[in-house]
Amino acid sequence: FVAYRGQTELLGPLRKIELYEMGWNLKDGLRECLVAAAPYGGPIALLKGHYRRSPSARPQLEIYSSSGLPLASFPWKSGVVKQLGWTVSDDLLCVQEDGTVLVYDLWGGFKRHFSMGNEVSQSQVLETKIFHSPYGTGVAILTGALRFTLATNIDDIKLRRLPEVPGLQEAPSCWAVLTQDRQSKVLVANGSQLFILDNTACTPVTPPGLSPQASSIVHMCVSFSYKYLALLTDSGHVWMGTSNLKEKLSEVDTKIKTPPKQMAWCRRPKSQQPSAVVMWDGLLIVVGECKETIQYHLDDDSVLVPELVYRKLYPLAIEVCRYLKTPEYQGVSRVLKHWACYKVQQKEESDEVIAKAVSVKLADAAGISYSEIATKAYESGRTELAIKLLEFEPRSGEQVPLLLKMKKSPLALSKAIESGDTDLVYTVVMYLKNELNRGDFFMMLRNQPVALSLYKQFCKHQEQDTLKDLFNQDDDHEELGNFYVKASYKDQRLEARVALLQSAVDEYYKAKNDFSAKTTEDEMRLLRFQRKLEEEKGEQLVGFSLHDTMTTLLSVGLHKHAEQLYKDFRVPDKRFWWLKLKALAEKEDWEELEKFGKTKKSPVGYLPFVEVCIKHHNKYEAKKYVSKVTPEQKVKAHLAVGDMEGAAEAAIERRNESEISTVLSRCSATTDHLLMERLNRAKATAVKK
Amino acid sequence: MLISYQKKNKKKHHHLISSQLHSSLQKELLQFLLECCVGAAEPFYHPRRPHEVFLNPFCRPACQHRCKTRSASSQVYSAVQSVVGSLHMAHTEWKDAPGLPDFSLLKRLARDQLIFLLEQLPGKKDLFIDADLMSPLDRIANVTILKQHEVDKLYKVELKPIVSSSDQLCFLIRPRIQTVKWISDLVNADKVAGRFRRYKIIFTPQKFYACETVLEEQGVYGDVTTDEWNFYILPLDDDILSLELPEFFRDNFLEGDQRWVTTAGSALRLLQSVYGSFSKVYGIGRCAKMVYESWRELMEDGEQRTRQPEFAKVFLVDRDVDFVTPLCSQVVYEGLVDDLFRIKCGSVEFGPDVTSSDKSIKVMLNSQDKVFSEIRNEHFSNVFGFLSQKAKNLQTAYDKRRGMDIQQMKAFVADELKGLKQEHRLLSLHIGASESMMKKKTKQDFQELLKTEHSLLEGFEIRECITYIEEHINRQVSMIDSLRLLCLLSITENGLLSKDYRSLKAQYLQSYGIEHLLTFANLRQLGLLEEQQAGETLTVMESKVGKLVNDKTVGKLTDAFSSLAKKSNFRALSKRLALVPKSGEEYDLRVPRDMAYVFSGAYIPLSCKLIEQVLERDGWTGMEEVTRMLNGQEFAVTGGSSSSEARSKTDAQRIVLVMFLGGCTFSEISALRFLGKERGCRFIVVTTAITNSSRLLEALLDNSA
Repeated sequence: FVAYRGQTELLGPLRKIELYEMGWNLKDGLRECLVAAAPYGGPIALLKGHYRRSPSARPQLEIYSSSGLPLASFPWKSGVVKQLGWTVSDDLLCVQEDGTVLVYDLWGGFKRHFSMGNEVSQSQVLETKIFHSPYGTGVAILTGALRFTLATNIDDIKLRRLPEVPGLQEAPSCWAVLTQDRQSKVLVANGSQLFILDNTACTPVTPPGLSPQASSIVHMCVSFSYKYLALLTDSGHVWMGTSNLKEKLSEVDTKIKTPPKQMAWCRRPKSQQPSAVVMWDGLLIVVGECKETIQYHLDDDSVLVPELVYRKLYPLAIEVCRYLKTPEYQGVSRVLKHWACYKVQQKEESDEVIAKAVSVKLADAAGISYSEIATKAYESGRTELAIKLLEFEPRSGEQVPLLLKMKKSPLALSKAIESGDTDLVYTVVMYLKNELNRGDFFMMLRNQPVALSLYKQFCKHQEQDTLKDLFNQDDDHEELGNFYVKASYKDQRLEARVALLQSAVDEYYKAKNDFSAKTTEDEMRLLRFQRKLEEEKGEQLVGFSLHDTMTTLLSVGLHKHAEQLYKDFRVPDKRFWWLKLKALAEKEDWEELEKFGKTKKSPVGYLPFVEVCIKHHNKYEAKKYVSKVTPEQKVKAHLAVGDMEGAAEAAIERRNESEISTVLSRCSATTDHLLMERLNRAKATAVKK
Repeated sequence: MLISYQKKNKKKHHHLISSQLHSSLQKELLQFLLECCVGAAEPFYHPRRPHEVFLNPFCRPACQHRCKTRSASSQVYSAVQSVVGSLHMAHTEWKDAPGLPDFSLLKRLARDQLIFLLEQLPGKKDLFIDADLMSPLDRIANVTILKQHEVDKLYKVELKPIVSSSDQLCFLIRPRIQTVKWISDLVNADKVAGRFRRYKIIFTPQKFYACETVLEEQGVYGDVTTDEWNFYILPLDDDILSLELPEFFRDNFLEGDQRWVTTAGSALRLLQSVYGSFSKVYGIGRCAKMVYESWRELMEDGEQRTRQPEFAKVFLVDRDVDFVTPLCSQVVYEGLVDDLFRIKCGSVEFGPDVTSSDKSIKVMLNSQDKVFSEIRNEHFSNVFGFLSQKAKNLQTAYDKRRGMDIQQMKAFVADELKGLKQEHRLLSLHIGASESMMKKKTKQDFQELLKTEHSLLEGFEIRECITYIEEHINRQVSMIDSLRLLCLLSITENGLLSKDYRSLKAQYLQSYGIEHLLTFANLRQLGLLEEQQAGETLTVMESKVGKLVNDKTVGKLTDAFSSLAKKSNFRALSKRLALVPKSGEEYDLRVPRDMAYVFSGAYIPLSCKLIEQVLERDGWTGMEEVTRMLNGQEFAVTGGSSSSEARSKTDAQRIVLVMFLGGCTFSEISALRFLGKERGCRFIVVTTAITNSSRLLEALLDNSA
């Protein structure tokens, strides 16, 4: 029965298990039904399908005993029912939309009907509450015109229309019927305002000590004895006090701001303390006089299994899960998890025994999180057991957070590394960095190359100085050298740059990397040279590569200085010649180019001379060098200057088939007819050979 | 920088002529086109598939997939349900090949989730986007969509103080510490100024603890809400899926930071959840192994439902298994366009030299572009001839108007002319592009460059090659190209002789500056450019490698950081796998006989050859020698659904997913497309990013910041 209490009134203390199997057959639970349960464990009435308002599908009214025996069942043929309720003498009241109330007995026999008055039938019933008082059973109705009509005793009907509530524009956020001073009154909340309506007046009231954050009272309920009142505000506070609003019992923040499904009073079994129970989807909270609340999670549609689990009836809970065919990870596994969480708190058993028992039981269960169980063990002060349990966790990543919490940092780090999730490793590293002193931190990283490498990456972007320290610790002189080189070209000031490079040189020597050391020394010399020349000649040079420096010098005519670099820096002849001939050609200093070509035998040959002249559209100069090129490049040179005859001559002379072909491909059929014939003949003989 | 709301090019060229063809007249016109092609005296393009020109209109009817309900752990998977109903196969491109799954679904999933996330911050907000996310974002949700969800102004993340008057700031970023630090500074600056705003960070494709740690350290954790946009995959084309993570390469292979491994695993998981499971997984490389592990773990976490798979086989390959291929100059049209103009996120900007006007034009390059789709895989030497023939055909189609009566003319103008004009426009663009390429690439120096590359691949005239490279460096021809040649030389020769290494390095530093000492250190660490160790024989090296691989206690990650010099063994591999065809043989590039055509017949991409061999053998059996030379780390796993074995001849069985970890080149994609055609299967490439030699080497430079 408890399974369905979500939709019925909460009748008593909370922990109930299924007592009786109800004889009803509901496909969709009670969602589609109007339900009323009589007080003191009386009968239960259901109106099935009353939401479906088609004439063909009549709703069915059914009455059951509280133990689930069907008492009556018949199709509903009257008007639209807004509310069901029971009288103190177990008569069923069916309040219709038009204000007519039909009365049936326990067995479904029609007894009588009465009307709640003209005003109600005209403006229709909006909401109804059926209440009990020492004077009998009463009915209170809120009409479509937002007025209340009330009858305190249905056996002696005296209709009372209560005064208007000022400023009420729409249905009030909530309301309740109180019995005070032998009079039935209505307590109405309109937003944050509260009013008491009695026969003659509408009086605004303020609950003492109601938390000011609330802008609206969203739910209220009165205890069965009308002694206590509970108010729930939109800020999630539950105010509890006497229903005369004179005294405050307590106020508790549930921290839940969504409107609840239901709220009711109950008495806690042991303490007999009056408490309010508030229910949301899937959650039930009990609040009492103390600030603490008790939370129950109502999972899915079934509350039964958690109830069994709560009572530690694990084997039964598992059987129920199997019977209900709950998917394993939602059912059996969950029960097992609860069991394990309970098990790990058993103080009298040893770590080994518990760990073994848990692993054996849970071995085949799907979706078990060992880290959760381990957390429980840790919270019960059993760190060693927690570590043992974590070993069963197949995903190493899952183990990490708890290990960190337990201050098992080295283990957490290795587990993170094992998980292969660099992101996780990084997290642990960052955690350790804040947790440990620098020395210990570095020492720990030293044993974990993966972590160290990741941390180095971090430092590269965020903490350059730490990076240096790390390299120092490892005596990694090569990396230190690189570090200083990198730092040097980030610095704008020459002196700083040179100093950094000097550090790099020292490190490279320590690393026995003579090549890098010498190169870096060269760079220092170059920088000084550049600076000196910048000061003397005003050419911007600092930071240029050797090549670019020479190019600049040559292009502004500082040949001597370029030549000095050429000698000082062991620049290969070839590079220097390339540089110089390019620079001269760019300035179209053909005379100087010719002189340069004659200084000694060109290390790059003379074809580049030809090409560089052609590039600057000086065929005349280009031709001067054609004769000087090597035989292999003759054809190319002739072709470059557009001398087809010469090219053909050279190709034929060399009897080189591919060269002949190249020349042929450049010949034009109209103008070079004779030449082509010659070439073709030569080609034929070349092929024959 | 504020991005102006320019009305985007409406991608008009995406229209397929096919979609407009339905009347009988149009069929006649097609028939005519067909006759033009087949009846041409000389097969003008590709004699083996003349039908390609007109196959598109007769695409297969949509094949509906019913989606079985899956319990969804993340929003992405639940969103699958809502859209999967409309899933259908994309156009088939050639007759006997299986159809490809419709990957546009991935875009819709990503878009829906982004919209959902934007709506989590109701009201007007300014959006800051990481610069490298802008193009991918544009493919998913354009400015109009963003504005519809109350994005007021768009800014590029520049790591500088911002000028925004909005009360709500949203940041769409990659999970990078630097960016998060910048946001933290912004928040703190606002606090000091007493300014109240709401901040939301959307990390894509996922957040990292590391980023949250930064928020915490900077004391703004409570002020900022964070979310994840699980935008793992951007479909660049029918058969190319990209993670758009160029930093994957450097992070993973150079810096040993494997945080992207889970991302790659999640991408596979996403594909699997949308398109069905795989029956067989092969892979090679340490990262590939880790990605597979991560994927497997994700699969175990989720529910297992057997579903008709859309592709049966998966091949995972690390970029460092084959460095030679991405270092070669590309000569297939699409690759060449990428090398010269840089294709970005599936689109390229052609400058004035191509458009022959004063402005640049952005063009989407994919199978929707009818002209491009026919030339993208062709060796460059064929392209120009093809394009001019195509131009002639187009003229013929235009001329068809002359014989028409009024009705026909009306229909022609209404339905056909637009398509022809469209084609005309594209044709002239591609002709412009090839002319520009011709100018650059038919020069003497490019020919010599290619010749040097080919010699290196062949192991022939190495001295001459070194001289050439030296001259290349000395003349300061190109910083990247010189480096590329040096790396090629080192890999193909198993490292350089000490004397050569030092001299070339010294000369390189003279040309480009001492900062490159660090670049060289990086290249050495990756095994791209090394000095041969004197006295160290092959066996010593091998036993080192062998020990490393077998030593379990070393752990999964540790060896990633070993700077142990890796032998490339290229020459031996090349011999064993016959990567380099014998020189001297004629190679007709118009009728390719193997994948070597993508490198002018000089070299079959190692990566693609491995894929071919493994698929052929259905595993690594018989390739022990090869895998040993590649440092092992190969695997082959049979997946869960054994029932799929029975349907071995379904379409799905003939679709192979290849995932490149660290990037793949267009040449490799072309080679795989060729292989697919040969074997009657289709390859879908999933890559962390499209790469080429420049991108690969630029990622390893250390000469700035």
